[in-house]
Amino acid sequence: MADFIFWVIWILIVVSAGLVAFGKNLIHSVFALMGTFLGVAGIYIFLNADFLAVTQIVVYVGGILVLLVFGIMLTNQISTAKISQSSVQRGLGLLVVLALLAILLTALLSHDWVGTTQPLAFEETARGIGRLLFTDYLILFEIASVLLLGALIGAATLARKEL
Amino acid sequence: MDHLSSYLVLSAILFSLGLYTVVTRKNGVAILMGVELILNAANINFVAFSKFVTHTLDGHLISVFIIMLAAAEAAVALAIVLNLYNNRGHINVDEANALKQ
Repeated sequence: MADFIFWVIWILIVVSAGLVAFGKNLIHSVFALMGTFLGVAGIYIFLNADFLAVTQIVVYVGGILVLLVFGIMLTNQISTAKISQSSVQRGLGLLVVLALLAILLTALLSHDWVGTTQPLAFEETARGIGRLLFTDYLILFEIASVLLLGALIGAATLARKEL
Repeated sequence: MDHLSSYLVLSAILFSLGLYTVVTRKNGVAILMGVELILNAANINFVAFSKFVTHTLDGHLISVFIIMLAAAEAAVALAIVLNLYNNRGHINVDEANALKQ
């Protein structure tokens, strides 16, 4: 049963990401992106990452996706229904990306990964992440807070009318 | 679901689709969507290696920081896109070449 759910999520991610990449309508692409984000949250649950799964839903689906929808709504005339998006150099891009994908797949499928046979049993991760965040990763945590402040001020400044 | 390679293959496909989106789309918001796909692919790799290989939480921590970075990047990129739209009336990034002359 868990195997079945895993492969359903796997296929959901690939199909919705394909819609994002190849879809004609920008709005359809954004809603397909929601499927990708939710699917990745499901993959996190299969990977015993409960904290990350919730963070993924809260930040990506609740925050970034809303920002993207705002970006589309504010920069297109919705009433004229002309939200179709054009692409450039499809053939060349597809060729390069397929070649890269082939290289990646051959590399990672030909390697015999160590330690793949005994995955750990589930244990909650929020406690460990919180402890690491304030010990080993304290400097990174502080830098991240300053970066977020800078991004907040920068975005507010950039988006003003009288720039 | 108990093999590392199924996660790695998923991540590689997600990365390729994101890269295709970035290199072919003209719309700024669509390119941003491609970047989010690439970051998600990297996150899956970090967490998968954390579960199957290192058995520590370091991959989770790095994924948390990547998610944080993606949020900050989306906010700034949206501000830039809105400015571009206000100034030029479109957000096609290949026509935003005023600095070229």
